[in-house]
Amino acid sequence: MRFVLKTDYHQDVDIFRDRVQFGWYAALFVLVLCIPMLSGTYVESQLTLVFLWSIAGAGLMILVGYTGLISLGHAAFLSVGAYTHAILLEMGLPPFVSIPLAMALCSVLGVIVSIAALRMTGIYLAIATLAFAMIVEKIVKNWSAVTGGNAGFKVPPPEIFGWELNSTAYYYVCLLVLTLVMIGVSNLLRAPTGRAFIAVRDSEVSAQATGINLVKTKALAFAISAALTGLAGTLLAHQWHYLFPDSFSMITSIKLLMLVIIGGLGSMSGVVFGAIFMTLLPDGIATVREWLPDSIGNLPGLEPFTFGLLLIVFLVFEPQGINGRWQKVRLFFSRFPLYRKKTFRRQKSFLRTERVH
Amino acid sequence: MLQVSDLSKNFGGVTAVDKVSFSVNTGEIFSIMGPNGAGKTTVLNLISRIYDVDDGTVQFSDRDITKISPHEIARNGIARTFQNIELFERETVLQNLLIAQYIHKHTNVFSELLFLPRVRRQEVQSRKAVEDIIDLLRLQRYRDVYIHALPFGIRKLVELARALCLKPKLLLLDEPSSGLNPEETEDLSFWIEDINKDLEITILMVEHDMNLIGQISDRVLAMASGRPIALGTATAVKDHPDVIDAYLGT
Repeated sequence: MRFVLKTDYHQDVDIFRDRVQFGWYAALFVLVLCIPMLSGTYVESQLTLVFLWSIAGAGLMILVGYTGLISLGHAAFLSVGAYTHAILLEMGLPPFVSIPLAMALCSVLGVIVSIAALRMTGIYLAIATLAFAMIVEKIVKNWSAVTGGNAGFKVPPPEIFGWELNSTAYYYVCLLVLTLVMIGVSNLLRAPTGRAFIAVRDSEVSAQATGINLVKTKALAFAISAALTGLAGTLLAHQWHYLFPDSFSMITSIKLLMLVIIGGLGSMSGVVFGAIFMTLLPDGIATVREWLPDSIGNLPGLEPFTFGLLLIVFLVFEPQGINGRWQKVRLFFSRFPLYRKKTFRRQKSFLRTERVH
Repeated sequence: MLQVSDLSKNFGGVTAVDKVSFSVNTGEIFSIMGPNGAGKTTVLNLISRIYDVDDGTVQFSDRDITKISPHEIARNGIARTFQNIELFERETVLQNLLIAQYIHKHTNVFSELLFLPRVRRQEVQSRKAVEDIIDLLRLQRYRDVYIHALPFGIRKLVELARALCLKPKLLLLDEPSSGLNPEETEDLSFWIEDINKDLEITILMVEHDMNLIGQISDRVLAMASGRPIALGTATAVKDHPDVIDAYLGT
């Protein structure tokens, strides 16, 4: 167990708790930098996907994990980002213009969706966002003159100043963007705006009583969330080479939501855990298929079934997600042998409704 | 300072508050008492704009606040606590108090995304302001404790601290002593007096505990069935025939 001596308020403002923690993150960053040199293209492309899903997940995490608004339609922002970027590139615009434009379009759409969010919470909001995603999917499918419809849309290869990026260079681009996104989001969360999100999540009535504008805060959360997911979309477009409307279906929205829940709601490291998990899972299932007898191994529904089962297992046994489990394991070793299981048990008494006045 | 005139609120067929008028003077501790269902909390919710006013007006520092948005109430200098504690449960005490610094911020989202030096300066400034309140209410040892792990009495105190973080001119307290033991209630009465005298905050509170009301309030308004029935000093109101009638029935 390490204790940090605090002598300055700046220590509580900093992102990292102390130099040791910063050291671990720096070591991880160096390791990730070295991976393309140490391993093959397969690991490299899988990790690129992890980075991209992390960016998309960071967007959704702001909304679900920090502002307490659910969205079952984030694939729509992914799709709008990807298509806008690809179409603008095709028209000859450079990526430095097309990416911000795609993100801006996504945040405008996000603000429009947030108008619905003002009057709805929980399951109703989930359905409204789902409907929004379906509308976007239908538009993309049927507006084939621009999007190519079901025939797909070929994405121009990634270029910076006329220099075409190979997969290793693209790996570094995605890593850089993810790092910037993570720093930006962490900055936001330790500033008044991020705390306003948390206030809206935990109690709308007190958020208002402390002077937080619900309309503005929710719209802002949706705008930032949509912009980040759109950013992930623009980068995913290159990784996928071809865009099809079906790549951005409801299943994608649900996978994104699973990513943040399994990763651990309300934590940015949870986003990365969730993204790793979601990227590895299809491969894991493919491997397991080979070991199983043919009658089970060849069932077409095995993948969605496993996804659903895992989501239920997590919700029942570890609602804090992988990040929550990681915190527990870390505490176990740092306090060894004095770990108490009850540390993480939430006190059940003093619930708002329990006291009679 | 605060002027309430002919305030009315209906819920369906029930008239919760019926033409209530009173005014709170700068610097005083004003209490509202009355039996259950008298409409005391509703009055507070109307002033803090959690409910829409059906009829009548609320004036604060010569400004009509009857129709402004709920989130503008805090900026106008009115803070409140809730009867059934409304804290941000999944955060620490410190975070709860920092959230209440929101109205004092002067940075925008973009500067916060980049965490410019002025955002950092503002953060340290907010922290200093919060620490002053923590010192005042002696919450030091609970600073990093999550709300859901705190006992009820401390949560009430944290809510009071959060209201003070808004640097209000008027503080609305909704049954501050409910759920507290006699010792905690005694401490609370000292704190309310301190807040009133030292921080020069006017206090409007809704309370059941006659001892607490008698000890600290300058004036008391008694309500029953949504109507005001007596207004005056604590002892005068307590012995008013209509008040005894409202509590004991006829």
